[in-house]
Amino acid sequence: MEILKVLVVDDEPGIRSGIGRIMRNFTVSYPFMEEDFAFELIDAETGEKAIEIIESQNIDIILLDNQLPGINGIEVLEYIRKIQYDALVMMITSYASLDLAVKATNIGAYNFVPKPFTPQELKTAIESITKQLYLKRMTRKMNKEGKQIRFQFLSVLSHELKSPINAIEGYLKIMQEKQVGDNIDDYAIMIERSMERLKGMRTLILDLLDLTKLESGKKSRTINQVDIYEVAKMAMDTIEPLAIQKQVKVYLDAEENLYISSDKDELEIILNNLLSNAIKYNKDEGKVFLNISKDEKSVKITIEDTGIGMSSEDMEKLFQEFVRIKNSKTKNVTGSGLGLSITKKMVELNGGTIYVESTPDVGSKFTVSLPIK
Amino acid sequence: MKSDIQKTILVVDDDSDYLFQMKLQIEKFGFNVITAEGQNQGIKILESTKPDMAIIDLMMENMDSGFILGHKIKQKYPDVPVIIASAVTAETGMIFGVESKEDKTWIKADLYLEKGLRSDQLHREINKLLKL
Repeated sequence: MEILKVLVVDDEPGIRSGIGRIMRNFTVSYPFMEEDFAFELIDAETGEKAIEIIESQNIDIILLDNQLPGINGIEVLEYIRKIQYDALVMMITSYASLDLAVKATNIGAYNFVPKPFTPQELKTAIESITKQLYLKRMTRKMNKEGKQIRFQFLSVLSHELKSPINAIEGYLKIMQEKQVGDNIDDYAIMIERSMERLKGMRTLILDLLDLTKLESGKKSRTINQVDIYEVAKMAMDTIEPLAIQKQVKVYLDAEENLYISSDKDELEIILNNLLSNAIKYNKDEGKVFLNISKDEKSVKITIEDTGIGMSSEDMEKLFQEFVRIKNSKTKNVTGSGLGLSITKKMVELNGGTIYVESTPDVGSKFTVSLPIK
Repeated sequence: MKSDIQKTILVVDDDSDYLFQMKLQIEKFGFNVITAEGQNQGIKILESTKPDMAIIDLMMENMDSGFILGHKIKQKYPDVPVIIASAVTAETGMIFGVESKEDKTWIKADLYLEKGLRSDQLHREINKLLKL
């Protein structure tokens, strides 16, 4: 049980004791909160007294009347905002006018409850403010610890891993119950889809292993003089089956003997990922141009396709983990959503840069620049 | 009699295999099924069609796509029952209730179902919400 300190600022003793009665033994719980919340009440009959208490104690929630004998509620609110005090404020006043409500919320009041209120109205308001406070503090804590990103990563990951299992299980169940016929051929599409999902899952797991190694910094690197031309030829061999399947032609334009000092496997992953994307997101019978050129300091690799392209909005998210551009043109393309995120990390590991240019329905062009060193 | 007319159920999910399986299953119950592969496509269909019920996934284009879509459906057609079907609890341990009054203020759905429900259970829940 966590105790939240509630400061009640009101000049009417009846209101203060009323709130005290309502809040006694009142607790707030939500399914996603680890603990229940109970409340400790502290009274102030003037704004001046309230400020004194705010300065000397850690208050979580402030119930604030506007009509006070000395300084008014709005002034107290302004003070709270000025010192960036970590509490949520709810205005309680019998002079509830729209003006005041707007003013109060503009300068940071969370909520507004007109007086007189029923015990239930107060409880509902307290519940909502408690939830807000909890979420606010939780988000801040998570941001501070970088946990939010990790949590997001994990929940998306488990989603990506579970979806294929569910899909395959679903198909198997249909087959087990012979739902669409007695002949194995009746299930051909389902078998094909299951294989496809398994393939996707395997890619995801392999990509994930690459990513984990990269992230943990435990990836062993073997730096040699590597001929990018050779790597490009190899990558083209690797993706050839995919290219034939989509009837996409890949053109290579590069000088031979383009040596840079790097890890050969890393370069292969970079080229494989970019080439397979250029094919996957291409039109049937489309083209891919792989150009590699060199100046004194760096090697520039461009991979240009004649594919579906993407909007500038999609481009912004493209290199993030698990981002897959979802629209009617990409719905039949499988992928882990990790390829480009891995590619970018690999490029950066090599001290290089990567960027994309794209026009919807015309194509995309990825440019990678790697230092020769 | 209204119940003689075939009811139409909109199923929204970004997993095409799940959609295929749900369509097969729900059509067997005797309903008409329209499918949408995400929040945006779902919204587009809702512009021109009023289904008798919607079954929507939670995580689609965005992590909260299902909530947003549920909200939009209820805004446009308050009387159309909405089921949020997700695997989110099994995946993250997060629990969403939609039954209490407070839950209803922020989750616009009539029922939350975990994916992988048995066919007969699904049928029962659909019938209950359609008052059949």
